[in-house]
Amino acid sequence: MSSEPRAPLKLAVPRGALLGETLDLLDAAGVDTAELRGDSRSLIFEAGGMTLVTMRPSDVPTYVEAGAADVGITGKDVLLEQSDRPVYELLDLGYGRCRMVLAGRAGSDRLSESARSLGMMRIATKYPRIAERYFESTGRQIELIEVKGSVELAPLVGLGDGIVDLVATGRTLEENELEVREEIVECTARLVANRVAHKLRAAEIDELTEKLREASRG
Amino acid sequence: MIHPIPPGTRDVLPEEMRELRRLQGALIEVFEGRGYGEVATPALEYDEVLRRGGGRAQDAAYRFFDEGGELLALRSEMTVPIARLVATRYTGAEPPHRFCYLAGAYRAVSPQRGEMREFTQAGVELIGADGTGEVIEVLQEALDAARLASAVIGLGDADLYRDLVEEYGLDDDAAAAVLERLGAHDLVGLEAELAGAGASEEQIATCLAVSQLRGGVEVLERARGCGSPAVSRAAGRLEDIYRGLEDRDGGYRVQFDFGLMRDLSYYNGAILEVYDPAVGHVLGGGGRYDGLMKRFGLDLSAAGFALNLERVHVAQIEERRRQGEGR
Repeated sequence: MSSEPRAPLKLAVPRGALLGETLDLLDAAGVDTAELRGDSRSLIFEAGGMTLVTMRPSDVPTYVEAGAADVGITGKDVLLEQSDRPVYELLDLGYGRCRMVLAGRAGSDRLSESARSLGMMRIATKYPRIAERYFESTGRQIELIEVKGSVELAPLVGLGDGIVDLVATGRTLEENELEVREEIVECTARLVANRVAHKLRAAEIDELTEKLREASRG
Repeated sequence: MIHPIPPGTRDVLPEEMRELRRLQGALIEVFEGRGYGEVATPALEYDEVLRRGGGRAQDAAYRFFDEGGELLALRSEMTVPIARLVATRYTGAEPPHRFCYLAGAYRAVSPQRGEMREFTQAGVELIGADGTGEVIEVLQEALDAARLASAVIGLGDADLYRDLVEEYGLDDDAAAAVLERLGAHDLVGLEAELAGAGASEEQIATCLAVSQLRGGVEVLERARGCGSPAVSRAAGRLEDIYRGLEDRDGGYRVQFDFGLMRDLSYYNGAILEVYDPAVGHVLGGGGRYDGLMKRFGLDLSAAGFALNLERVHVAQIEERRRQGEGR
């Protein structure tokens, strides 16, 4: 209805593990990301008629919820952990596949021992809400220990009986003598949208969604 | 000395207060001009009364006991208090009843996300008349009076997906899971839930496509084109409202939105939300809730909306700033 010229659509792009495949996908969808692949220190780029804003994956829901970015790409793990943020989840992009798992020390039965003798397990994690929901839904009680950095460290030095963490190849677990005990959920990269932008910039967002859908199936 | 206030609350100083007052005055003038008399109700209600109303009101976040041991709650919205007021004070009176309000409401939102725990609602309730169209007109006038040139009213239908899951023959659990995914607007999860519930590929595709239908009158045709009776019925209901508005030169802010979901325990028929391109948050919402008055012992239809006054003010400032930048 409004005919005013508009700013380009803002897309939040995750830095870190998802960046490479996100840029590949954007390239496949016809958005030239050469500039983002350079060693530029800037965080904002113009490409393919959009403004690409790069940020930590865990910040993507924050920017998108507030409308500072109209659309964004981030992992399902991030969305599950921040499920109180009302962003629209439009598309499973298929890449960045990893598993959220419960892991314990290899060859040790400390997890089940604690569950038996203490009636609960002590779990260290960077994903307190996912862990809480998972154990609640399986009827078990846990004591949560939230850590920010390398969570594999926690059970090795006695902080907790096990961990809930994201595993891609399982190498980090192996190197730290940890093993997967239970799989909680599989996570991939998702396309999300701000709920107001989804209404008011419907045509642009639908077009981007279609292009990314085709590129990700490609 | 610094004396703190609780997170999610704030002081208003004279400069902002003057602007808020002007906005309040403009809104109340529109409401009163359309015959909606202003009412005030206590910020504190008996928790039991708010629970009776259901919807968001039953989740009052701030509850405490008074000296007599009664459980009190701070209201989280105004619709249920007004339903209570009508049922108590207007039992013998001839409907329709038209009321408006400017009132503080309280919700335990996370204040680190730009949401306030205490905020002001400005809205209307039309009780005892089939008045979705009238309510939308009043809302349009209110947005005009607030000088929000770009604000849009998203109009959807609360019965659409309840109908659709029935048409698909989903059992109660599957239907609830599907409606929850629709409410969260999680299309990936929605597809998985539908597939898990045994919906056909065609049904899944229809449901996903319908949830993405939004825009001008042209989407009504597209909705009818997807071949589901439930969707066609919803399109018919929305078209009726829209034609009624058009006949009275209204409808200019309305966009159809087949993906719109609000708290379903409360609404039936039309639901609406207000957006402004200048801000990422929803400015307000409402719709029709015929079942509400029955919970208070009166069999009357009802419709209304509430705007978040502070957010409307932010949108005003943002729109002004954008115009200043020549946008």
